[in-house]
Amino acid sequence: MSEAIDNGDVVKQIPVTVLTGYLGAGKTTLLNRILTEDHGRKYAVIVNEFGEIGIDNDLIVETDEEIYEMNNGCICCTVRGDLIRVVQNLMKRPGRFDAMIVETTGLADPAPVAQTFFMDDDVRAKSRLDSVVALADAKHLLLRLKDSPEAEDQIAFADVVLLNKTDLVDAEELAHVEAVIRQINPAARVFKTSRANVDLKEILEQGKFDLARTIENDPHFLDMDDSHECGPDCDRDHHHHEGHAHDHGHQHTDECAPDCGHENKHDHSGHKGLDAKVHDTTIGTVSLSGGEMNSELFFPWIQKITQMDGPDILRLKGIIAFSDDPDRYVVQGIHMIIEGDHQRPWKEDEKRQSRLVFIGRNLDREKLERTFAACTAK
Amino acid sequence: MPSIAPLDSAETEFGHVEWAGFINDVPIFASVEGQCHLLLDRHVVVPVHIGLLAAEPAFDCRSLITSGEDGKVCRLTSDGVVEVLSEQKGWWIDKIACGPSGVIGYGTGKKGVVRLGDGTKKPFTCERSIEGLAFAPKGMRLAIARYNGVDLNWFNTGNAPQFLEWKGAHNDVIFSPDGKYVVSSMQQNALHGWRLQDSKHMRMTGYPAKVKSLSFSAKGKWLASSGAPAAIVWPFSGKDGPMGKSPKELGGMGGGLMVTHVVCHPEEEVVAIGYSDGMVMAVRIEDGKEAILKRAGKGAISSLGWDKSGTRIAYGSQAGEAGIIDLKG
Repeated sequence: MSEAIDNGDVVKQIPVTVLTGYLGAGKTTLLNRILTEDHGRKYAVIVNEFGEIGIDNDLIVETDEEIYEMNNGCICCTVRGDLIRVVQNLMKRPGRFDAMIVETTGLADPAPVAQTFFMDDDVRAKSRLDSVVALADAKHLLLRLKDSPEAEDQIAFADVVLLNKTDLVDAEELAHVEAVIRQINPAARVFKTSRANVDLKEILEQGKFDLARTIENDPHFLDMDDSHECGPDCDRDHHHHEGHAHDHGHQHTDECAPDCGHENKHDHSGHKGLDAKVHDTTIGTVSLSGGEMNSELFFPWIQKITQMDGPDILRLKGIIAFSDDPDRYVVQGIHMIIEGDHQRPWKEDEKRQSRLVFIGRNLDREKLERTFAACTAK
Repeated sequence: MPSIAPLDSAETEFGHVEWAGFINDVPIFASVEGQCHLLLDRHVVVPVHIGLLAAEPAFDCRSLITSGEDGKVCRLTSDGVVEVLSEQKGWWIDKIACGPSGVIGYGTGKKGVVRLGDGTKKPFTCERSIEGLAFAPKGMRLAIARYNGVDLNWFNTGNAPQFLEWKGAHNDVIFSPDGKYVVSSMQQNALHGWRLQDSKHMRMTGYPAKVKSLSFSAKGKWLASSGAPAAIVWPFSGKDGPMGKSPKELGGMGGGLMVTHVVCHPEEEVVAIGYSDGMVMAVRIEDGKEAILKRAGKGAISSLGWDKSGTRIAYGSQAGEAGIIDLKG
């Protein structure tokens, strides 16, 4: 658990997991498991539809979803007013639970939920966003993606995707759906489940929003070695294959996502016959890589990019090597909100590389690549 | 020198003190854990709620009205008797207000209830979530702070409600003692006021944090507020309220210390100020003369209340510090 300094006192920040996903994807099943299984942790759960959970528990709070625009109707400045109130009330009696879960309705945009934990000072002082978990129904996800932008947003926004109800589809369908998920969000960890039967330890209190920790636990996060033509994302699943030693010279076969490579070089023919473009999604990814960056150029650049294109940028994550900094610098964002922190010193045998992934709509790859390259240290 | 009688101890755990003050001259401390602590001839602990979310003195100041996570609204008298006024399972009632003739308003989400003095309940639904409630000092009018403005509802007549519009999220609302002004505190670190006579807007901005505590001085000449390193006190004496005037900044201590609670003296133009480190000070509004009443302690001051004569102050903090300051020593 991380700690924040508040008026000289050390205040515990309660980790918050946001649970998104369409109606019928299995959120209630997962919540019931979280509330009933014997895992020794107590969770406060904030829901919009109380009726679905058949459990009597003092720590389940129902709220009316209230989107508050903070500034001129810009999506980047929206928060969930009901969460601000409920989190503050819950945090007045902090001893009775270890973590919080926020369940959103099927149609909810995850951005205001996540932004609440960054934009409201009171909420931010007492709690921290741990990760965004999206449940997707293997049988119906593709239909959902066609008829609702929210479904696509939920996948794009997630740190973890639970591809659920896999027992309802055959292997080929499953591979296709998984490929679509990876196309929308190559940076998320994907678990294939039926009846949401994932090990809860894998999804709760993971610190996925704590990028420094994520990277430490996941050495291949955003990996982009020169000899490794795949994008930053193709290895997102590797580390939970037991004993898998990541070899940068390896041949990717079935583990790569169809879009994992840089478009210009990667040969997708090796991907079990999947098309390069498996689904007509409106969300795209731009992966950038470079050498050492000039901090005096990089920070104004990322500020400007996120200020100008914030509404279109759903998430961004990266590791930056600054020429004048012995530490790895990790950066992440939601729309216009950018957070950065020093992670740890670069190791001697580590190549000082900068990598950055944007997930969003209407991303201008050429502009991003060109302007990012311009921040390189001379 | 003022004397301090601390109430919290290793044996008495308070939790966050939601409300501290006096009812019929009896000091009462309402803890979010659900108990109310009364200082009668001895320290009496009365269980009222399972999780207390709000507490407000009744309009006649003869009882304390509380609400909680248990969906109950209760009346606690100064001899420690609890009466359950309402129970609505599943409601987290975090907003209550008390008005003339024993009227009580409470709500959760978009659902609210006005309970008249005779016990009649009038439920109402708000277009957006109820963020704050306040009754007009006279007449049967309820102000509801919500997203994009404040609703003014007549709850005893069929008169059409009035909507005071101002873009943004309004978190709380207060009437001036003469009923001429309505002021809301906003998520965007600002206050917004309306002169009811002509709905004229009053913008009060410049706060570095959200304003969570508002208090009019006894005759309504000043409005004190938290949310800054000093107590921000707006003049309301002229016919235009604070328009075109700058506020007084009282009791600024520097060093990152923030004002977390304010409450004006029952008669004089003096404000008691609570700080983020647990300090309490009294400041005369006219000339800014300061008197430190209590040094830093455990946690930010979450509530302060004067007794009727204005010689004692009950205090409570977020970390469960509680006690009484006697100004006469």
